Amino acid sequence: MTTVQNSASGYVYLDHAATSPLRPEARAAMEPFGDVTFANPSGSHKFAREARRAIDEARDVVAAAIGCRPGEIVFTSGGTEGANAAVLGAVRRHGGRAVCPATEHHAVLHCVEHVGGVVVPVAQHGSVDPGVLRSVLESTDDVAVVSVMAVNNETGAITDMEKVSHAVRGRAGNAILHTDAVQAACWLDLRTLWPHVDVLTLSAHKFGGPKGVGVMVVREGVVLEPLMLGGGQERDRRSGTHNVAGIVGTAEALRVTDETRNEEVERVRALRDSLVTRLTADIPCAVPTLAAGEGSAGTAHVCLDGLESESLLYLLDTAGVCVSAASACASGAMEPSHVLAAMNLPKSRINGSLRFSLGHTTTAHDIDVAVDATVAAAARLLAVKS
Amino acid sequence: MKILVAMSGGVDSSAAALILREQGHEVVGVTMRLWGGESDTGCCSVSDVDDARRVAQQVGIDHLVFNFSDDFDRHVVEPYVASHVQGTTPNPCIECNRHLKFDRLIERGRELGFDAVATGHHARIVTRDGRPRLARGEDSQKDQSYVVHMLSGADLDYVLFPVGDMNKSEVREQAGRAGLRTATKPDSQDVCFIGSTIGRAGFLEPRLTFNPADVVDSTGAKVGEVPAVELVTLGQRRGLGLGGGDKRYVVAVDVPSRRVTVGDEAQLFVDHTVVANVAWPHADDEAFVLSSEVLVQGSAHGERSAARVERDGNRYRVVWSRPTRRIAPGQTVVFYDDTDTFVLGGAIVTE
Repeated sequence: MTTVQNSASGYVYLDHAATSPLRPEARAAMEPFGDVTFANPSGSHKFAREARRAIDEARDVVAAAIGCRPGEIVFTSGGTEGANAAVLGAVRRHGGRAVCPATEHHAVLHCVEHVGGVVVPVAQHGSVDPGVLRSVLESTDDVAVVSVMAVNNETGAITDMEKVSHAVRGRAGNAILHTDAVQAACWLDLRTLWPHVDVLTLSAHKFGGPKGVGVMVVREGVVLEPLMLGGGQERDRRSGTHNVAGIVGTAEALRVTDETRNEEVERVRALRDSLVTRLTADIPCAVPTLAAGEGSAGTAHVCLDGLESESLLYLLDTAGVCVSAASACASGAMEPSHVLAAMNLPKSRINGSLRFSLGHTTTAHDIDVAVDATVAAAARLLAVKS
Repeated sequence: MKILVAMSGGVDSSAAALILREQGHEVVGVTMRLWGGESDTGCCSVSDVDDARRVAQQVGIDHLVFNFSDDFDRHVVEPYVASHVQGTTPNPCIECNRHLKFDRLIERGRELGFDAVATGHHARIVTRDGRPRLARGEDSQKDQSYVVHMLSGADLDYVLFPVGDMNKSEVREQAGRAGLRTATKPDSQDVCFIGSTIGRAGFLEPRLTFNPADVVDSTGAKVGEVPAVELVTLGQRRGLGLGGGDKRYVVAVDVPSRRVTVGDEAQLFVDHTVVANVAWPHADDEAFVLSSEVLVQGSAHGERSAARVERDGNRYRVVWSRPTRRIAPGQTVVFYDDTDTFVLGGAIVTE
């Protein structure tokens, strides 16, 4: 088991969906690129060629984990850039409308809203109903891009991408289908997603890679207007000097994620199920957001009906447990979750939402500590209320 | 003690956090996110949160952000708009103190296990007759006892005002000595949710319907017009479309009949003022106030006038010792003792 600084200091880190600690393998792979292989890979000298080779090798590794061609990989600065490049890039290149479900990450949702797109309501379980998507596409002319996340970042709800793909192909044959697979990389075999979409985007730090690197996979023949113009790197699809160390670390992290995924999914799912079962058994007002066993293996989303996330998060933090609720706004304040609102959850549940997200460092001990701390925090707040 | 200090991103609350920390307390800073809309003036803009967080880091304390924007809408913004619809003149800062800075934050502080909540207000809490009593801040220019007058005895037992016994210059000195980035930051002046570029009218326009009104003199003769009766305040002189001539003031605002009456300054003086929604710090303060002459302050940093207070059911009459300029309905009066030091209660003017 890997050692993480926070575990050593007695903290329990259950916020992997926000970011996952750097995998040691990724750190080791990146190490030479600080000073030894420092060159700009776009040059022609020996040093540049070494850096270029590192990127080319990384591209092969990433392509293997996704099941795409190396030439379809574009390295970006992260998930947000990927989502922007896909949605805005499609609309700017081809004209037409952008469409996405209401539960998308803001990186997609705000782009779709920015270009006056169509936001599709979701089913109660938090992912888009392909039938509803189909009927929206039927009544929307000239759709340039449809963006549907593979795994929801708050609830862990999984989209049936094959059905979504059928809906899109059947009703908007020319539309580009993008999936934000940022939260899927750890828990779903990306080779099962890629055949259904045209563009797939990842963020390295969600699977134990470094921050500031992303992967955008663009199917051969699909053209997006680039966001970044300049030196023409990444075959003119994304200009800017390569983040060599970051790309190498990303590839190594994805390789390890992919190699260990099957056993990790099984291991983490058992921890997650135990967490949800114990929280709902021991806290009277705790309601799991997804049905038992549903959703990605790493996410336990629970609402403590009638309590406030802000208070719970503070008490958990003081007990040494790092979790989160919804996304934070620019000021750092918790915003009421647009995802839970789209799922039509009552406000008293939305305000008491907690997301425990597990990952490669999570242990059974972490779950024990988290359960005890959450039960104690809820008991305290309920006692003060009564 | 474990203390939750409200940090707006201004110098006073920065110094409050610094002082409590230097006194050895366990301190956590919190910035309340109150207004979710656009504004460039207020105490809840992102740059102010940045300042508060950076100061907390420099002081060496944790910093949290609480999102109270729903409560702020409900208790401050909506009543502010409703008050204009009725033609009264609200004080949103007082309602924010009543419902957010104190009620909501005190409740949060207690549920999270804090021993006290502190703010950077310039007011003091002293012990008189064995119980806490709100008193004017040391710096008479900056005294804020008026805007925090609503604190009950139980609240006063839980609240701390670390800069209340300091002059503003000392506060800035302390912040400067510690190298805090807020040391020279200007004081906030305006209503936090109203941007300086749109102003009060611009803020209210999408939230209520403005109605034009006739401006009439005391004989009922029309002498002018205003585009929005909702924006007219008792005592107002400008913006009435009267042209030149003698100084005339608004002496009555009648929203339902869309009529603003103007008159000379003498008509603004009254011998009594009716108030309601009285807040007494301690239950027996009422009996004391009803039986003694008190000093009454009718605006932030306003003058004090001697008066007696009489009760008539749920309404109270402030009977002035000498005719006093009228205070607009919706504004707050605060009662101080005869030394003009201690807060004995407060109320909202109804007519």
